[in-house]
Amino acid sequence: MSRADIAVVACAELFRGDGEILISPMGFIPALGARLARLTFEPDLLLSDGEAYLLQSPLGPPVIEGWQPFRKVLDTVVPHGKRHVVMGANQIDRHGNQNISAIGDHERPAKQLLGVRGGPGNTANHRTSYWVPRHSKRVFVEHVDVVSGVGFARAREAGLRYHDVHRVVTNLGVLDFGGPDHAARLVSVHPGVSVAEVAAATSFPLDTSEVGESRKPTDEELDLIALLDPKSWRDKEVPE
Amino acid sequence: MTVDEVVAELSDGMTLGIGGWGSRRKPMALVRAILRSPLKDLTVVSYGGPDVGLLASAGKIRRLVFGFVTLDSVPFDPWFNRARESGSIEVTEYDEGVLGTGLSAAAQRLPFLPTRAGLGSDVMRFNPALKTIRSPYEDGEELLAVPALKLDAALIHLNRADARGNAQYLGPDPYFDELYALAAQRCYVSVERIVDTAELTGTAPVQTLLLNRANVHGVVETPHGAHFTTAVPDYGRDERFQRHYAAAAKDPGAWPGFVDRFLSGDETAYQREVARFAEEVA
Repeated sequence: MSRADIAVVACAELFRGDGEILISPMGFIPALGARLARLTFEPDLLLSDGEAYLLQSPLGPPVIEGWQPFRKVLDTVVPHGKRHVVMGANQIDRHGNQNISAIGDHERPAKQLLGVRGGPGNTANHRTSYWVPRHSKRVFVEHVDVVSGVGFARAREAGLRYHDVHRVVTNLGVLDFGGPDHAARLVSVHPGVSVAEVAAATSFPLDTSEVGESRKPTDEELDLIALLDPKSWRDKEVPE
Repeated sequence: MTVDEVVAELSDGMTLGIGGWGSRRKPMALVRAILRSPLKDLTVVSYGGPDVGLLASAGKIRRLVFGFVTLDSVPFDPWFNRARESGSIEVTEYDEGVLGTGLSAAAQRLPFLPTRAGLGSDVMRFNPALKTIRSPYEDGEELLAVPALKLDAALIHLNRADARGNAQYLGPDPYFDELYALAAQRCYVSVERIVDTAELTGTAPVQTLLLNRANVHGVVETPHGAHFTTAVPDYGRDERFQRHYAAAAKDPGAWPGFVDRFLSGDETAYQREVARFAEEVA
């Protein structure tokens, strides 16, 4: 069992209780997690092929069960709200704001990234989680340079009634913003990781009053993960 | 029409919408024709891919209206990043849904359309002219009023059309191309093949007819005109060539050689060099 396997299961756990909604995982490990959840405890999840099709099952020859081109996603699926997206994050701050747009001054960035993409719309409309393959102080910052995904304080100010930032899964553990006044909280550390290690890799204070240990995969889950990722690409995204 | 005739109908300072999505079904032959032209100071509206990078490389863009720029299988376009990091282009950065809402408003001839996307994010800080509007009904929700994103011209690449401009996509995704066409004063469509009208529905369901001739002002036949982006089912992305583009775009020493070989001649010369490149790396 590798650290990547733990991260895959932590991502799968993001979707527990989601039921019959669309899951849009960005990144290889979140995608594995979504497929694992779909094959085990959340059999009703809808999964796309990353393009315009919804696929019936993550295993076996692809069978199309739905059509979902990009315009339909933005026009209706996102505002309708039956969706849980897992986005990447170049920066996340203590309020749960996320940045994938640019580093530095937006007028003339030190490093241009993708742009805000769907971050503002996702966080205004439905459940949003984040995946960070390398937990570090460069990612977990006091203030993000650009607010793409909207955090709790700003969501309240803007009156975003459907704002629902759920969790952040990293290579070290799982965070949420469930502390007093939406304070950032360490929910669990992955087996072999200490609370101090996570705190040292985070620029803002974390509520560590109730830290658990991330669940280990079951034997059935390990078999499924191996089936879904026979070449172990997951270990490249999250090295030991 | 030819690609150069289309570009001759465009003028400096225009707001130009470019269809497709990332590195998917981009009107690249038309973009390459712009690179060869003296056209300048464009405001480009795009779900950005290499169209944005190439136009930036030639200094054609004054302002970019975008939600992202990516080559999909390569995360960043080096030319777009260089343009941003050197401050050489102005930007209107929107959420990708907000961009579509602005095109919808223009397509429907409305001054704005409301949305929740963008509220609370830095889209509001970067674009201080954006205004919110309160629902006049009892919910009283405060929403973003996205102004109509009117285009002077739209450039789109589809799979088939007839000579009058009834145009068809055969892949799985129409992207936002219909909105680009309707948001624009003039819409130019390049296609893989111009066919008889009867052939359009002879081989594919009628729902694939995305644009009708009333919304299309010019059609150009440009086989492989979306290269190196996708135009499925006619062809997928040329990943090797895209990597070659990205590597050359990243390296100021290599770029003049790339331009010399691929972008200094006309479209026929481009396609000939691409075929040679494919043989070399095979």
